Amino acid sequence: MSNLSKEESFLFGHDTIQYIQHAAATGLYDIRGLGAKRHLPSFDDLLFLAGSASRYPLEGYREKCTTTTVLGTRFAKKPIELKIPITIAGMSFGSLSANVKEALGAAATELGTSTTTGDGGMTPEERASSKTLVYQCLPSRYGFNPDDVRRADAIELVIGQGAKPGGGGMLLGQKITARVAKMRTLPAGVDQRSACRHPDWTGPDDLTIKVQELRELTDWQIPIYIKIGATRVFNDVKLAVHAGADVVVVDGMQGGTAATQKVFIEHVGVPTLVAVQQAVAALEEMNMKDKVQLIVSGGIRSGADVAKALALGADAVSIGQGVLFALGCNSSTWVNHEGQHVNASEEYAKLGTMPGFCHHCHTGKCPVGVTTQDEILEQRLIPEVGARRVKNYFKTLNMELTTIARACGKSNVHHLEREDLVALTVESAAMARLPLAGTNWIPGYTAI
Amino acid sequence: MDNLARKKESGDKTILFDLSQTTVREMNQFLHHDLEKEKLGSVKITHPDGAHNIAVGLDAPVNVDIEGHAGYFCAGMNKQAHVTIHGNVGWSVAENIMSGLVRVKGFASESAAASGHGGTVIIERDASLRCGISMKGVDIVVGGSVGNFSAFMAQAGHLVICGDAGDGLGDSIYEAVIYVRGKIKSLGADAQIESMTDDDHRILKDLLARAGFGYEPKEFKKVASARGLYHWNADANQEY
Repeated sequence: MSNLSKEESFLFGHDTIQYIQHAAATGLYDIRGLGAKRHLPSFDDLLFLAGSASRYPLEGYREKCTTTTVLGTRFAKKPIELKIPITIAGMSFGSLSANVKEALGAAATELGTSTTTGDGGMTPEERASSKTLVYQCLPSRYGFNPDDVRRADAIELVIGQGAKPGGGGMLLGQKITARVAKMRTLPAGVDQRSACRHPDWTGPDDLTIKVQELRELTDWQIPIYIKIGATRVFNDVKLAVHAGADVVVVDGMQGGTAATQKVFIEHVGVPTLVAVQQAVAALEEMNMKDKVQLIVSGGIRSGADVAKALALGADAVSIGQGVLFALGCNSSTWVNHEGQHVNASEEYAKLGTMPGFCHHCHTGKCPVGVTTQDEILEQRLIPEVGARRVKNYFKTLNMELTTIARACGKSNVHHLEREDLVALTVESAAMARLPLAGTNWIPGYTAI
Repeated sequence: MDNLARKKESGDKTILFDLSQTTVREMNQFLHHDLEKEKLGSVKITHPDGAHNIAVGLDAPVNVDIEGHAGYFCAGMNKQAHVTIHGNVGWSVAENIMSGLVRVKGFASESAAASGHGGTVIIERDASLRCGISMKGVDIVVGGSVGNFSAFMAQAGHLVICGDAGDGLGDSIYEAVIYVRGKIKSLGADAQIESMTDDDHRILKDLLARAGFGYEPKEFKKVASARGLYHWNADANQEY
């Protein structure tokens, strides 16, 4: 038996000591991809109260349960109608390969849902493969042009991102290939910064005029979304509605990114659970619930998460990281043209990581060809294979969603409601404004 | 340009929009869809009275004259059209311009020609803060002075300043080039004064001629990127 003392400090644990010593040795902070890895209150802390004697459930997978979702009914002459309330979040060509963007478009089209561009503009591949494509207008305006605006089915004016609200973006030089550089009007190989503020407007009053400009450009035909990173959600949603948004997108801090400072990912913003509650409260206070649609994103993984977001008041969800994992991100293998699985563990090891732990999107050396611009690596994601996997993933989520909805007695997933939910912990009850399971107590809202 | 000239020679009609009688929406709808159908080569807009979003999203070889002051985003995302504002403009005139020409006879407020990808923007008097912010290929000629933080993160194109420049000129500039005739209050991070080359003289002469300003290129100094921020530098201690 060892007589070594292994009393670890909670405050200065092994990881913390390692962090301090790395900082001391290099003078650098960590940059990485994906989202928060720390424990945060989440949809896992909520449970459904399904039908029983007091509520009448529907048959598990046979009785009709509608998932049709309409977005942009406030001002747009052509609102978007989706077959499912699950959409693909904005991710840039640059962070992702052209093959991936094509795969996402094809998957969304087959599923009857939408996909979204990202920083860097719209690629012909994704426009061609996407029936319904949301075009982001970001602070950088990389590749932004009026022809693509007119080609889009909706515009998403991005104010912030859940993984890094207030932080702008970055794409390190190793991912700025000649094509990416041309689209962004930058020299190849430079570290690219995406501004944290829009260049042509600042405050909420300006934003109102900016939204009107986009409406004028598109002759008021297509919906305009406003996306915010979750911080002061209640006020930000009200300002977005005031500015004339058809749809508000709220991205919680569990949302992902292609690259940003770790300190940002783990310490800035509020969890998605809080964000959705505050967003709905803002819409209700303005009497705009159901007039302005709400899309929630940031760490949505499963059909249960989708159902909980909808029950809390969202009209749809948007998924980024889950889509990447479905494509093969963090898988130990990639699939070649012969359909064989090829082991990629060695490439993970070269990055100093292993499948299941990789967050090296920023390096451009994705072992499975998802977050890369490398000519060889990007071939590891065959668009047809990627599209099939994303389609299967979303199909699963949708089946899980309707299973829960039916159990709660709903013939339409949009009929899920707060009354169907309880919270497991005091903190999640307070954040989601739901009663703690087995009580009528909503901490901070009702008396014990 | 040739296109426009030909249309004029063939006797094109001018259409008049009086914004005291017509909404911006009705006018923009016409400009987007009916200009070519009606074979109109020029448009005159009266009583703009500071309205926002006038002539946004044009994509036709047409001359547009706005007789008065315009508000935000005037001629935003312009393609092909030649728009002249006979007055002052609010924020973000010709933002994201792709091609064509926008001329402001008076003063321009903040963020003039922000993120412009191409074409030419001429401001005959002064431009306020952030002129040419995030510019991506547009050529901008300002007859007067520009405010602070002009050409912030400017990626491509030329900004000609015939007067003075405020603080932080060209902060975090990429491949855009700035020519300044007057004083520069301060340069931004990674911007530096460089020697004028023969190419610079040629480019500047052409831009000044297009704008109708009689200055000599030799009166200007050049500001461009030191390219020290092209790769993140931890040793800079974030004091750029």
